[in-house]
Amino acid sequence: MSLISVERDSPQHRRLKAAGLALLVVVAMIVPFFFGPFRVSQFTLALIYAVAVLGLNLLVGYSGQISLGHGAFFALGAYTCAILLDRTGVPYLLTIPAAALVCFVAGLALGLPALRLHGLYLALVTLAIAIATPVLIRRFDSLTGGSQGLAVEQPTAPGALGLADDQFIYFLALAVAAPMFWLAAGMVRRDVGRALIAIRDNETAAKTMGVNLAAFKTRAFGLSAAYAGVAGALFVFANGFVAPESFTLVVSFSFLAAVVVGGLATVAGALFGALFIVFVPVWSSDVNDALSGVIYGAALIACMYVFRSGIMGLLRTAFARVVEVKGSTTGRIDDEVDEVAVADADHPAGAGAGGVRS
Amino acid sequence: MERFVQLVIDGIAIGSIYGALALALVLIFRSTGLVNFAQGEMAMFSTFIAWGLVEAGLPLGLALLSALALSFLGGMAIERVLIRPVEGEDPLTILIVTLGLFILINSGAGWIWGFENRGFPRALPDDSADIAGINVSYESLGIVAILLGVSGLLFLLFNRTKLGLAMRAAAANPASARLVGINVGRTLMIGWGLAALLGALAGVLVAPQLFLDVNFMGGVLVYSFAAATLGGFDSPKGAIIGGWIIGVAETLAGDYIGFIGSDLTILVPLAIIFSVLLVRPNGLFGSPEVVRA
Amino acid sequence: MLITLLALVPAACGRDDEGGGGGGGGGSADPGITDKKVTLGGSYPFSGPASAYGTIAKGAEAYFDFINAKGGVGGRTIEFKTIDDAYEPPRALQNVKRLIQQDKVFALFNTLGTPNNLAIWDYVNQQKVPHLFVATGASDWGADIEKHPYTIGWQPNYVTEAKVYAEYLKKEKPNAKVAVLYQNDGFGKDLLGGFEEAIKGSSVKVADKESYNVTDPTVAAQVGRLERSGADTFLNITTPKFSAQAIATIAKSDWRPLHILNNVGASKTLVLTPVGLQNAKGIVSTGYFKDPEDAQWADDAAVKEYHASIKKYSPRTNSNDAFAMYGWTVAQTMAKALEGMKEPTRESLMESVRNMDVEIGTMLPKNKIQTTADDGYPIEAMQIMEFDGSNWKLQGNLIEAKAQ
Repeated sequence: MSLISVERDSPQHRRLKAAGLALLVVVAMIVPFFFGPFRVSQFTLALIYAVAVLGLNLLVGYSGQISLGHGAFFALGAYTCAILLDRTGVPYLLTIPAAALVCFVAGLALGLPALRLHGLYLALVTLAIAIATPVLIRRFDSLTGGSQGLAVEQPTAPGALGLADDQFIYFLALAVAAPMFWLAAGMVRRDVGRALIAIRDNETAAKTMGVNLAAFKTRAFGLSAAYAGVAGALFVFANGFVAPESFTLVVSFSFLAAVVVGGLATVAGALFGALFIVFVPVWSSDVNDALSGVIYGAALIACMYVFRSGIMGLLRTAFARVVEVKGSTTGRIDDEVDEVAVADADHPAGAGAGGVRS
Repeated sequence: MERFVQLVIDGIAIGSIYGALALALVLIFRSTGLVNFAQGEMAMFSTFIAWGLVEAGLPLGLALLSALALSFLGGMAIERVLIRPVEGEDPLTILIVTLGLFILINSGAGWIWGFENRGFPRALPDDSADIAGINVSYESLGIVAILLGVSGLLFLLFNRTKLGLAMRAAAANPASARLVGINVGRTLMIGWGLAALLGALAGVLVAPQLFLDVNFMGGVLVYSFAAATLGGFDSPKGAIIGGWIIGVAETLAGDYIGFIGSDLTILVPLAIIFSVLLVRPNGLFGSPEVVRA
Repeated sequence: MLITLLALVPAACGRDDEGGGGGGGGGSADPGITDKKVTLGGSYPFSGPASAYGTIAKGAEAYFDFINAKGGVGGRTIEFKTIDDAYEPPRALQNVKRLIQQDKVFALFNTLGTPNNLAIWDYVNQQKVPHLFVATGASDWGADIEKHPYTIGWQPNYVTEAKVYAEYLKKEKPNAKVAVLYQNDGFGKDLLGGFEEAIKGSSVKVADKESYNVTDPTVAAQVGRLERSGADTFLNITTPKFSAQAIATIAKSDWRPLHILNNVGASKTLVLTPVGLQNAKGIVSTGYFKDPEDAQWADDAAVKEYHASIKKYSPRTNSNDAFAMYGWTVAQTMAKALEGMKEPTRESLMESVRNMDVEIGTMLPKNKIQTTADDGYPIEAMQIMEFDGSNWKLQGNLIEAKAQ
């Protein structure tokens, strides 16, 4: 039995949501004053990764196109930003839209041929791209600095604000991440989101209902790449240094793990996934230096057992005990739609990998 | 001309390495419908077991057979304990489990045996034959022969035995397979066991020339994926031929195409995968993919 | 959204203890040092593609255990905190921030990897924390004392090493046609660059060069191409696994070049034994510390002490692994630097570090650790050695080759 019961979209529901959002914002704002610089830098990193993971979730969770190469877009955004900062006098804030644009275009470019592939095959192509990324960075060393990497000036806090540098960078990341989350939430709530979910679950049906498959899927690629690009630029601000070794396959795998751990096809899940990939490796190294990889791998596997729908799934179930939201399924983008909507016997169990049968 | 032939021979030798692991990938896919990203690490772990047995004093042949047997059991155990709980889930969930397995096995092997490089005893003869000026190593010939033999056995298994039929059914449609009385759980276990065994075989065959350390299969994995993609993910002979094609393409490209250079050879399998998938997604020998609308 | 917030509240409420750590002693000028203890911090790859280098940390830790058992340095025991970075620069930066801000180490010691150290040295110098004896042979660390006064390397850098090979060839094989295999990263390019620079103007020529990435499964193809270049000398700039592959590939072929193997790949345990010692006969390399496996040091007191200590303090480590000996020797250097520190302050430590002239038992005879205010390269001399089928035999004398 839940404590509170509200009707969906009723004034009480809206007030509850607004209050929740406000509280969230307050918590996010006080973090840098509550913790020391090291912890703050960890949270900053979590915010940055959350943006990238959110982008990947748009692709994987919502449009069902698997990508093992998200790190490549992340690297592209990071290097765009670093090269601009290093070679030109572009103010650092402008590198963010620049990175987003470059990556959006790259995402579209990859999205087009990707239309012909799904599931396993798309995974392989993106895997190869992820592996090629550090190699390509080294190859174009006159542009990227090659193995020596690129060191750039990090943004410093303007004196007037009275903030320490690490706090300033945190707020910078927050100022960029928050609107991106809001944007993503808006997108999935409206038709775009529903179309993408329809595509993910049953492409043929979606087509017959007039959804322009190619456009949506390609755009999803572009958008997700743009998100990664923005994250890449923020990453440069937070680290002040990029090198090919910063963008190995591990990055792509971590993002994908974060998507699933946080919760496929959820917006808030990206933050939890990001927190997972920032804090758990450190924690497992603390438990036992030599066994850190074993512990991290085991934690990842355990998460898959315990949180079937990611951390968000778990939290939703727990939360439903406290606040019950009654109402129709209109606008609800999550697994519950599958249950409440037409239960199709032919409905594949999870469509992420596409229909690979013979 | 002689150089060209030598390059092709060298390419086939390298391609056999990719094909060996690709066989394991194909097997797991054919029998479970899954792609196992931890296949390479499992093969590495099995190879280390073999190494440990040899270090402990076992004669090489016995050590290898024991390692293969243990890998079979290990593969079955992994399916039963780690994969079964998430069996019906979103393929992505299972993929993350295999990723977690990758990390776990890699670190676990390092913790048990250390991260240093070491040699692995050769089961096949070390010499090379000189045929009309072309250098062909007996080891590579041996690997090719073994791979063809295994591929043939797999073909027989899948197409001529009841078990193979059951595996294909379980992979294609577990629910329907159960309805006709197939013990899906058991066939999946056997599938994983066989794949682990093949992986172990691949590992002990290539470790002598690649040298053994915890990361030695990591580099091979993507090439093996490319080989399996090229050949068709459900075709054992496709995996081997795919491996050869990639090995030869890589060797020739490195030699004849100047700007590729030896550091960009990773682009060769990438380009191959891309082109194959755009033109003929089911690979050279794979069966066409049929999606029920 | 509401859910997210409620979940975050517990995380925020836990007030982080960033005041703890190794400091302790009230009123001491710098964190991480008291009368009884000094805390050092390091970031190493204990997992991932470079995990073999993790053994270095084991060797260093064994030395610190050894010296602590004897009462430490200046009455202080040495505590060495290490964190895994999997050879990823962003993780190295995180580790270092944590070591400095949370664990409050007195100095950073032996952080490993060129890209990792490049990622952290701006921050570390900004924080004015000693960044000592970094585990990489890049020439960067001694070339920029003005901008990065707190950073110093240790091992002979790759340019120095390349010069030694160049001098060797100019003397022994003045018309050598050299085929080069190099790793496609800072290490490989640095050594190759240094070599190409050093042979300028002589009749030693590079006939062909091929690179490889650490993610490649094998270098057999590259070696094949180098063989076909018609070179009579082979410069092998690789890390152990690939060194072994290269040697094995050549052994199987008909090519018998003069084989120069770089120092990192010259380990008998990791490279020569796996390929078969007879296949390694005639290979030339350089050394600067005593090979723990070499018969000629079997009765050497320092080496015996090393083997015994590894067995005692780090039994899971193979004491024949040259990486462990490296760690042991650089840790000794650190201890010597601490010995020379007059006040318990970071500035005083840096003064000691920039004025060293010491001999260490496990270094090659007469190969001293020397630094001055302008000379940021502690070790600049190496000795050529040739493998005779069972052991490395030192040739000639120490060759000093300054990087600048």
